[in-house]
Amino acid sequence: MSEKIDKNKRHFLGAATAATGIVGFGFAAVPFLSSLKPSARARALGAPVEVPLSSLEPGEMIRVVWRGKLVYVLRRTNEMLSRLAGLTDLLRDPDSLEPDIQPEFAINEHRSLNPEYLVVEGACTHLGCAPLPQFEVTPSDDWFGGFFCPCHGSKFDLSGRVYKGVPAPTNLKVPPYSFTQSDVITIGINPSEV
Amino acid sequence: MMKDKKQNENSGKILSWIDARFPYSETMREHITEYYASKNFNIWYVFGVLAMVVLVIQLLTGIFLTMNYKPSSAEAFSSVEYIMRDVEWGWLIRYMHSTGASFFFVVVYLHMFRAMLYGSYKKPRELIWIIGMLIFIVLMAEAFAGYLLPWGQMSYWGAQVIISIFGAIPFVGEALVEIIRGDYSISDITLNRFFALHVIALPLALIALIFVHIVALHEVGSNNPDGIEIKDHKNEDGIPVDGVAFHPYHTSKDLVAIIAFLMIFSVVVFFAPDMGGYFLEYANFEKANPSATPEHIAPVWYFTPYYAILRAVPDKLGGAIAMGLSVLLPLFLPWLDRSKVKSIRYRGWIYKTSLSLFVISFISLGVLGVLPADGIYVSMARFFGILYFAFFLLMPYYSAIDKTKPVPSRVT
Repeated sequence: MSEKIDKNKRHFLGAATAATGIVGFGFAAVPFLSSLKPSARARALGAPVEVPLSSLEPGEMIRVVWRGKLVYVLRRTNEMLSRLAGLTDLLRDPDSLEPDIQPEFAINEHRSLNPEYLVVEGACTHLGCAPLPQFEVTPSDDWFGGFFCPCHGSKFDLSGRVYKGVPAPTNLKVPPYSFTQSDVITIGINPSEV
Repeated sequence: MMKDKKQNENSGKILSWIDARFPYSETMREHITEYYASKNFNIWYVFGVLAMVVLVIQLLTGIFLTMNYKPSSAEAFSSVEYIMRDVEWGWLIRYMHSTGASFFFVVVYLHMFRAMLYGSYKKPRELIWIIGMLIFIVLMAEAFAGYLLPWGQMSYWGAQVIISIFGAIPFVGEALVEIIRGDYSISDITLNRFFALHVIALPLALIALIFVHIVALHEVGSNNPDGIEIKDHKNEDGIPVDGVAFHPYHTSKDLVAIIAFLMIFSVVVFFAPDMGGYFLEYANFEKANPSATPEHIAPVWYFTPYYAILRAVPDKLGGAIAMGLSVLLPLFLPWLDRSKVKSIRYRGWIYKTSLSLFVISFISLGVLGVLPADGIYVSMARFFGILYFAFFLLMPYYSAIDKTKPVPSRVT
């Protein structure tokens, strides 16, 4: 047996032990990190929600809750829809080009399946406060009514499109939804999934 | 007489039995009876010990609150009301805890300002400062997690706003927010995990960091209002000539400070526990309602300087970055400050002016963070925000050119 210490071997064994330990630690961390994600119950409670539209008057808005999130359903009048055109210069993303903010079907001026019904999440895209509906306003050069966030002053038009020069970075999110009957929408599923 | 002597012998025997197995006497000597700190400490040097007092208050009252609090969205709000109304002396324990949270920040801000006054972050105390900043950050997390627990309107919407800030991080932001909340919105699940963080994870981290903070302090020794190393002048026994032992000299001074502190603390606990809406916000006396944002969301006073900076930037990611930087920049003070002297006593007019402007901007941002974000207030927040950042970012220049006075070799 040699008296000499093989430093290379010792270094290799030390590094190998450390590497094995780190890999093991990494695998052991997976269950803990995964447990932080929404649980099966939270996902189940996030199931689609049906909203009957029959009792909704023109110009009226209702609030529904889907996945714990507030969703606004607004039945727009023709006058309201007419206000959407001509705002292009005031808006940050008038054509809804920003991805992941709305399903494909809402990439248009009215940002909805049916122009009459607007369905948007009632959470300001800045820091999540609930914007207040301010549909009837005295028209000024820079504010034609829509949604106003009381927290930090962000403004959105009647399609939930964000104005320029406010802290909110994007338009209000449009959740996936579809008309499951002629006067019932289901929030949480896309038309392609019906 | 005989009996006394016998008792002394016995206690001596017990002590040597312990010392052979645990370094009790050695630790006491090294850190208490023979730890020498400068004899010229002033009132700024009591806030470290006061922070320890508040920590003990928070731990004790926290343990007793946990015995009656229910961390679920259905029961949390009513269990706090139950503590306030039905638990014997529950109101006192809760008010001590809520007032303690605000006082923790009062004493910690003053403790940090002391370090800025006398250059306590400068070499060789950089690590003490960095560990201290980590304590401050953990303390902010602890306070934030605790604020969700009463499940009032401000608990809910404050958490909504602050957690959303993480959503500004490109690519991973939204996924990160979902992992923090554990749900698609702030819910029972979020409340439950914030409770775990508030009562177990963060207090443990806090205690560990405070221990390391003090170990590092005792290694290099305390600074003093003159910013002189007292270890440079030792007598023949190796004891700094300008130092006095921590016990009994500094402890007796600290005791006076603790009594004065407890008097002020008691006045607030008994006569103004809500402090006009600044220690306990009135909107929080209403149960959390996910479908109605309060008209005006303001965090508790100790977060408002950073919140004002967040709101001053008209861009989500930009605001989040500015706020993060405003919290983290002080970490780099030991390297931003290029002055040859430590204490403000021997610095020139440039540093004195800069520090005054910094204090004015920090307090102004704190006031603006409570006010609504419109009109002139936003412009003012931008102005003071720029001053705040300029204090740190321009420091390498102005601290180097500032004329300093000669530093005496012994404390004055």
